[in-house]
Amino acid sequence: MKVTFLDFEQPIAELEAKISELGSMQGDAALDISEEIARLKKKSTALTKQIYGKLSAWQVSQVARHPQRPYTLDYLQSLFTDFEELHGDRAYADDPAIVGGVARFEGDPVVVIGHQKGRDTKDRQYRNFGMPRPEGYRKALRLMRLAEKFKLPIFTFIDTPGAYPGIGAEERGQSEAIARNLYVMAELRTPIICTVIGEGGSGGALAIGVGDRVLMLQHATYSVISPEGCASILWKSADKASTAAEALGITAPRLKGLGLVDVVVEEPLGGAHRDPEAMAENLREAFEHALREVRERPLNTLLNERYARLMGYGKFKENRA
Amino acid sequence: MSWFQKLIPPKIKRREEARKVVPEGLWSKCPSCETVLYSADLENNLHVCPSCGHHNRISARQRLGLFLDEEGREEIGATVLPVDTLKFKDSKKYPDRLADAVKETQESDALVVMSGKVEGLPMVAAAFEFRFMGGSMGSVVGERFVRGVQAAIDGKRPFVCFSASGGARMQEGLLSLMQMAKTSAALTQLAANRQPFVSVLTDPTMGGVSASFATLGDVIIAEPNALIGFAGPRVIEQTVREKLPEGFQRAEFLLDHGAIDLISDRRELRKTIARLCTIMQRKQPPKS
Repeated sequence: MKVTFLDFEQPIAELEAKISELGSMQGDAALDISEEIARLKKKSTALTKQIYGKLSAWQVSQVARHPQRPYTLDYLQSLFTDFEELHGDRAYADDPAIVGGVARFEGDPVVVIGHQKGRDTKDRQYRNFGMPRPEGYRKALRLMRLAEKFKLPIFTFIDTPGAYPGIGAEERGQSEAIARNLYVMAELRTPIICTVIGEGGSGGALAIGVGDRVLMLQHATYSVISPEGCASILWKSADKASTAAEALGITAPRLKGLGLVDVVVEEPLGGAHRDPEAMAENLREAFEHALREVRERPLNTLLNERYARLMGYGKFKENRA
Repeated sequence: MSWFQKLIPPKIKRREEARKVVPEGLWSKCPSCETVLYSADLENNLHVCPSCGHHNRISARQRLGLFLDEEGREEIGATVLPVDTLKFKDSKKYPDRLADAVKETQESDALVVMSGKVEGLPMVAAAFEFRFMGGSMGSVVGERFVRGVQAAIDGKRPFVCFSASGGARMQEGLLSLMQMAKTSAALTQLAANRQPFVSVLTDPTMGGVSASFATLGDVIIAEPNALIGFAGPRVIEQTVREKLPEGFQRAEFLLDHGAIDLISDRRELRKTIARLCTIMQRKQPPKS
């Protein structure tokens, strides 16, 4: 698959174009240009390292939203076996913006739940750009209850611009659907490991994001509001999105610094989409580690720690008079 | 006023003096029916328009003042104060916005929590101050909420929260989003201790507040015509590009769609909540 380059990656794109041009010429060229190709490849890697070494928050959010970035179903394929997708909320509909089901991770039975975005125009529309409606959250809730009942650990994959702001979604109780999940996940009697793989968009992300471990891919973002939304409210202009992105502190290292994320999972050079297999392997290692940790603890200890962690969220000062 | 002054017909009094005596806001116009009302009458009517029943927004302290019995009120969590962890700055710095809000509201953040009694029944009540940065929920709101819940657990009291909020506080970034998880989680402990949570949705209750504890009440009550929803009406209109239905996201709309238990007139709230709580707590009905 041809890599789609982002605006700030144009210098890399140009180099890569040259490399592939030379590559196609190599067959009929009289002189050997493989050395030249190797040189350019090295240069491209160095350039990518340089650019990715100092991404701005706004650039990171472009990477997090990259159209070729691995989505939940991609990880389901690369990291899990025996996946059986389970559909519907048993009340109203099946929401394709959230997928879930039972599967095995390294042979162990688990439940997997994640936001799902689409690859092409039609698929994107079908997945509603990864923006769930209430029935998506209620399907997730149903699967969580199933996991609890059969003592299966849960892996959630977070990748959404946010919950869908639609008329029907409001009519069917978008607020309650999100709130209910927060409540249930706080006390669900089975381990929960959450991973932000792309866009962690506000309440719509958090609704499957409460757990014992929160992992975040290096170039994923997690935010209370989209940079564009924040910019249009506070700066009165969506053009200030890059400024807002910086101010909101949405990147993995910053959130780890705030204690809101436990593990930052390293991405391959140039982002997860440049080497999905390597990404999956990094994630597998992180999952193995996280799963071992949560499994070592008696369930009640785990739940107490989860509760303590939730109560610890927040920064304030105490004025002791 | 002396007996002599009382005898002077109003016309004879000096105009300037009269102007001085009339405090600002003596009269107010109902934003709904435009009836001109005497402010004292409005206040005596709990800020509900006597003419059309419009429920005006009120401050957190007014709210708790109207709700709790006068005896035995005690504030909870007032020592918890905001900090600017992200060094957030848009057109204004976050600390400056906070300072402005403090000046305007005389509150230190957007939630006021008190223990007290309602019709003699011990309770813990929290109320949002909407004028404090849109009643937005940041770390302080979350912490005060949780302390309120803890006080309710410790005192075996019901917990009541009056929401009025635009949602999470952007200036605290993801920390504010996490307050949704924190407040919701606290309610699991209240439930484990079998104490009721009554959520009262007042105008407006949106975003992260609506999508967390506010919709998790054992009983959810809304004030008439309150705007309640997840996404703001303008955002929805821009997304779906169609006109929103009449009364969309209003309390009555939510009742129709099964999202809330009941709509209560502000003047009935004390009695309604006391009655509900005594039943859920399996206590004798309050003396009245």
